[in-house]
Amino acid sequence: MRSRNREDETGLLRFLTCGSVDDGKSTLIGRLLYESKLLYADQLTALRADSSRYGTRGAELDFALLVDGLAAEREQGITIDVAYRFFATGDRRFIVADTPGHEQYTRNMVTGASTADAAVILLDARKGILTQTRRHTILVALLGIRHVALAVNKLDLMDYSRSVFDDISERYRAFAAELGIAEVTCIPMAAVEGTNVVTTSDRTPWYEGSALLEWLESVPIHEAEQVGPARFLVQWVNRPDDTFRGFSGRVLRGTLRVGDEVHVLPGGRKSKVERITTMDGDLPCAVLGSSVTVVLADEVDVSRGSVLAAEEPLDVADAFQAHVVWLDEHELLPGRRYLAKLGASTVGFSVDRPKHRIDVDTGARLPAKTLAAGEIGVANVHLDRPVAAEPYHTSRDLGSFIVLDRLSNRTVGAGMIDFALRRSANVRWQAVTVDKQARVARNGHRPCVVWFTGLSGAGKSTIADLVEKALHARGVHTFLLDGDNIRQGLNADLGFTDADRVENIRRIAEVSALLVDAGLVVLVSFISPFRAERELARGLVERDEFCEVYVDTPLEEARRRDPKGLYAKVRRGELANFTGIDSPYEPPFEPEVWLDTTTSSPDSAAEQVLAKLREMGILDEH
Amino acid sequence: MTLGQLDRLEADSIDIFREAVAESERPVLLYSIGKDSSVLLHLARKAFYPSPPPFPLLHVDTTWKFREMIAFRDETARRLGLELIVHRNPDCVAQGINPFDHGSARHTDLWKTQGLRQAMDKYRFDVAFGGARRDEEASRAKERVFSFRTAQHRWDPKNQRPELWRLYNTRIAPGESIRVFPLSNWTELDVWRYIERERIPIVSLYFAAKRPVVERDGVLIMVDDDRMPLADGEVPMWRSVRFRTLGCYPLTGAVESRARTVEEIIAEMRDTTTSERQGRVIDRDQSGSMERKKQEGYF
Repeated sequence: MRSRNREDETGLLRFLTCGSVDDGKSTLIGRLLYESKLLYADQLTALRADSSRYGTRGAELDFALLVDGLAAEREQGITIDVAYRFFATGDRRFIVADTPGHEQYTRNMVTGASTADAAVILLDARKGILTQTRRHTILVALLGIRHVALAVNKLDLMDYSRSVFDDISERYRAFAAELGIAEVTCIPMAAVEGTNVVTTSDRTPWYEGSALLEWLESVPIHEAEQVGPARFLVQWVNRPDDTFRGFSGRVLRGTLRVGDEVHVLPGGRKSKVERITTMDGDLPCAVLGSSVTVVLADEVDVSRGSVLAAEEPLDVADAFQAHVVWLDEHELLPGRRYLAKLGASTVGFSVDRPKHRIDVDTGARLPAKTLAAGEIGVANVHLDRPVAAEPYHTSRDLGSFIVLDRLSNRTVGAGMIDFALRRSANVRWQAVTVDKQARVARNGHRPCVVWFTGLSGAGKSTIADLVEKALHARGVHTFLLDGDNIRQGLNADLGFTDADRVENIRRIAEVSALLVDAGLVVLVSFISPFRAERELARGLVERDEFCEVYVDTPLEEARRRDPKGLYAKVRRGELANFTGIDSPYEPPFEPEVWLDTTTSSPDSAAEQVLAKLREMGILDEH
Repeated sequence: MTLGQLDRLEADSIDIFREAVAESERPVLLYSIGKDSSVLLHLARKAFYPSPPPFPLLHVDTTWKFREMIAFRDETARRLGLELIVHRNPDCVAQGINPFDHGSARHTDLWKTQGLRQAMDKYRFDVAFGGARRDEEASRAKERVFSFRTAQHRWDPKNQRPELWRLYNTRIAPGESIRVFPLSNWTELDVWRYIERERIPIVSLYFAAKRPVVERDGVLIMVDDDRMPLADGEVPMWRSVRFRTLGCYPLTGAVESRARTVEEIIAEMRDTTTSERQGRVIDRDQSGSMERKKQEGYF
């Protein structure tokens, strides 16, 4: 660290503003920018021009246009996405996340709140506490923001009534306390006139607290993470040559000192901090937030994603209870394999059926089978390997994760860890003596999964049956899992929603993997509409043990054949969620076998599958 | 003890550099020679020290940069021992695209936007670091730190990946790329204070000196070479000017100034009433023009 001037000591406060439409949020931000030095003459000129062209305030400046920077936002007069704005006073720097009040509400709030130290919640004094106010407060509490100001705005329209302000403040404090927000600063305000925005106003002589800006200047920053045992997240292994092996990363909690004994997690090996290196020279210690490079005294195994933890180690687990916020328009599918990024680790990830979801309007716990866009639920989550993590309330950095879709690569969810599930450390795979190799030797052939996918009526079961007959005749040990049959037993509890379809296939994928372990050639005949679950099934067995067969029949042809009369039922409106009609089917990109049933007979289709199995070495050549 | 403001910005930027490099195959730093690029490069060196930055520099050259910038660019790469890739859009070279005959908008699109897309494709870069800051311009204020681009290099402002905590989604399909902006949360003043504190070398065009300029549409344009056509009776005047931002010399307005040191520049900045981009001719093409350019792949 270099020498600093006073300006440098002031620090940076990140906060978010929220409030419903037309409660004066943009006016407030505009005024904060305007009063600070960060709004320049040419920007004001542009704002004047934009105000007359797009503005909603007549001849006056429309401050909303300062923050709504996208063309589409200006055209429609709404805020689409979070904007980050900067301003500064003599005492502090600020980044304000301006979160939109419109669609995708929760998603934007959570995004803005995830990096904020404080929240300013605006309400309209004429309307008092609304659903929106409660919703913001619930989200702010969930995200762990401890410093909250309630700006009771538009008090000018209530003649600066003290009793109106006191009444709203009292009721709001009670509500916030229920959510665990211990302290709320309530400020009477008229943002349009600047009352109590930057300085306190004599229009509210009865108010003895501070103006909003004064409050923002006094909010403590990062106080929780400064104390407690040091945590250092390794982002990159730094090896310029074979004389130096350092771990580049960041101090996420406490202070890391040379000489500290650290646990390397996961793994648990111990070592000592030998050097803390930067381009400006070695440091005796690295405080919270520092990006440095650590050299350890011993040659221990440390890689990207490892956490160096001083004093008591943190949880290492592959299952957690977590609050999950769903961000994508496609709902969360419990059981589907996603990816999660947690710290600097990207791991396979799935969610059990949620225990409940939280009604963000009331805070109530509601039953849930899945989570739709913007919904927040509590669920157990599973990772495909153990990671070092902490509860979110202890560490935002080590207790948060994002969920990524494996195929689209979109960020579909986010989560906050409540605690590690102990049973994840206690249930272990049981090693057995008679294994797959033993069964292969006895059977005289290799096992595999032959996975038939395609629309209802495509001909999957007909072809699978012919293949099984041929295999059986050659003495191959087979088993056929057919969608209709399994739904009468093992999966009788599942319906046809997307979530249930995912669970349906997940179970079949697990069963077929077990049967492969049993040494069988497993024929699976399921519509299996989603690529993700077919990929899951593929991932559960060895690479050369999976043969995806796409029974490609155009919808029109399947409808014409209609062997089970289902398409007729759909037509009569007696059947919903039917694949290809009102429920999607995602065809494979590169199946091992692609059968066109409009040009080949079932027998020749079966022969094509058998040929592929010979090629894969499952069947002998003869 | 806690980190000061510049320390914290520095630590955040280093964190972003490391995260992007750890998760990409072929990263590159878009080096445009200006003050932000200089800070970016300095941070990149800090992020990976004692290793050198594990990526080359890419300069998308328009052939219309100030001569001093080009000299500074080559000297910087040599001094730091870094690989420098210079890409000039061959179509523009062949057609002699320039801001006078073809207008600033077409000039910028063909040289810079198309040039950058060509270079990204040619070298198959999957991550490109840029020095853009959110305080520069309204559409940049809305852009993510990790900004996803399609295989056609398009930015869709309405469909950005949500960015939570410090967790960045770096997953892309072949051909797609991510622009990474480690200076997102820096302001112009931060950049200058950091240059002062770290003694980072910058092009001397940022410091006031007597330079030959003409005034066009209220903007002072420096006559950097004899390719610039002068109107009848137009004679370059020698004025004490400097630049707050650097681009193609015919499109970059100078400001009258006496500031000859970084300290004096900072003092001047504290009193200024205009933003740094007011001298950028290309920003004024039309309202929302930066957003449109960015959607097409502009950096």
